[in-house]
Amino acid sequence: MKWKNKVSVVGTGIFTLLGIAYIMPILIVLMNSFKKKVYINKEPFVLPTEKTWNGLENYLTAIDKYELLSSVGWTVFITVGSVLVILLCTSMCAWYITRVQGRFTRGLYLLCVFSMVVPFQMVMFTLSLVADRTRLNTPWGIIIIYLGFGAGLAVFMFCGFVKSIPLEIEEAALMDGCTPLRTFFSVVLPIMKPTYISVGILETMWIWNDFLLPYLVLDLNKYKTISIAIQYMKGSYGRVDMGAVMAALIIAVIPVIIFYLSCQKHIIKGVAAGAVKG
Amino acid sequence: MEKAMKRYMPIFVLPTLCAFILGFVIPFVMGVGLSFCEFTTVTDARFVGLSNYVRAFQDTVFRHSFWYTALFAVVSLVVINVFAFALALALTQKMRGTNIFRTIFFMPNLIGGIVLGYIWQLIFTGVLEKYNTALGLNEWYGFAGLIILVSWQQIGYMMIIYIAGLQSIPGDVMEAAQIDGATRLRRLFLVTIPMMMPSITICMFLSVTNGFKLFDQNLSLTAGEPSKMSEMMALNIFNTFYGRTGWEGVGQAKAVIFFVIVVGIGLIQLRLTRSKEVQQ
Repeated sequence: MKWKNKVSVVGTGIFTLLGIAYIMPILIVLMNSFKKKVYINKEPFVLPTEKTWNGLENYLTAIDKYELLSSVGWTVFITVGSVLVILLCTSMCAWYITRVQGRFTRGLYLLCVFSMVVPFQMVMFTLSLVADRTRLNTPWGIIIIYLGFGAGLAVFMFCGFVKSIPLEIEEAALMDGCTPLRTFFSVVLPIMKPTYISVGILETMWIWNDFLLPYLVLDLNKYKTISIAIQYMKGSYGRVDMGAVMAALIIAVIPVIIFYLSCQKHIIKGVAAGAVKG
Repeated sequence: MEKAMKRYMPIFVLPTLCAFILGFVIPFVMGVGLSFCEFTTVTDARFVGLSNYVRAFQDTVFRHSFWYTALFAVVSLVVINVFAFALALALTQKMRGTNIFRTIFFMPNLIGGIVLGYIWQLIFTGVLEKYNTALGLNEWYGFAGLIILVSWQQIGYMMIIYIAGLQSIPGDVMEAAQIDGATRLRRLFLVTIPMMMPSITICMFLSVTNGFKLFDQNLSLTAGEPSKMSEMMALNIFNTFYGRTGWEGVGQAKAVIFFVIVVGIGLIQLRLTRSKEVQQ
């Protein structure tokens, strides 16, 4: 028994070190975000000294010159908007196609499953043309694109869950005179709450971090997401302001960490559920 | 019940259906069609048969990117899964703080590819500078860098799936093996790993397809340097579309080839998981 205890203490010690090493890259970026830009590439692993310390100057540059806060705002808008629309529309669609059997619903379901395996590169060129032609190249329009392109996974996951709901409950509601709409919103939707959370988390993670789709679809002179803004800062010809880039990376990571720590349990559960099905 | 519902079809299905047609079906069908055409904007598309595919296969950079990507997918598969499995085993033991460690190892997974690429670029540049060299000077530096990056990103994710698998192994099976006198190592190879086969197949295929589809990280960490030698398939397709005028059709043909490869991997996975299910 004593020997086992010792092993567990040593294990905790080793893993504490390993855990610190694991988050080191983020800490190094954080540390460099407070340095003057010329010292960052030269000595990234040295703590800031009095000479290299730059305070919050880098953050102010990132926000003032590169308008990072508006990028954060657009990213939040696109992510929240798309996820809400996806959850509402695809769950209704999934309920309908599982409950009404027919050639049309069956075909739609298979098409959704098929769309899950298609890599984005396959449709990227034509999708950006369609988005341009239909004027969906705004943060409002891109929500519709996300609904279309993200429908596959969401419909698939919702269908899997609807199949496990006993039909009798819904039949009873309809018998009592509920319209299908009312049945859906007051009976089916509450039962599906765990699936809403899982799907919501998976789609949030995808859309928040997505780079290529908004890059090709959005009108970049007016709207940028965080990933696009950072890519612009780094990819612009001429001098790259490393200080501002470091600050931008930290600004991009902070919302993610807050989101993660506040609904960690759901995230891990959602990931496990999504992986087993996808 | 069905009759009552059918009248509500427009409300339930139509929004998703319209968006799906607009955002997936039309681009997909158009994409397949355009891979047989030469065009710069869709309106001037001209049917050219298979010549785009021929040009795609003749493109040495594209062929190089295929082998580079395939090698990357295999190496990342091994590295990610070995470490993720080991971590999952360790973090299901009786030990203080396992929950905190799980939280930490999973975290990088939530950070986007572009951000990840630039975080690691800073570190690799700093290290390589000490040896008077740089990430963009050698395609294998880029390769190693990408492997480290995706391992950092995905080990935690796979670990979560493995932990879920480990926790679903019934305790009595383990106990029986223990009573029969099986050592720790024998239990691992004769009980745990066979019982974990479903999780292992899922994780292996997830990491292979992730490896094939890698784009953001590739773009931000190496951007194909030196001279397109560290360019992977997805980035190569992107550059063919947007970097070379007159090559749009070839880009679309490459995209179809890429699609076929990814679907092929998916079908193999489906086969394997199905056959496993029968055995159990």
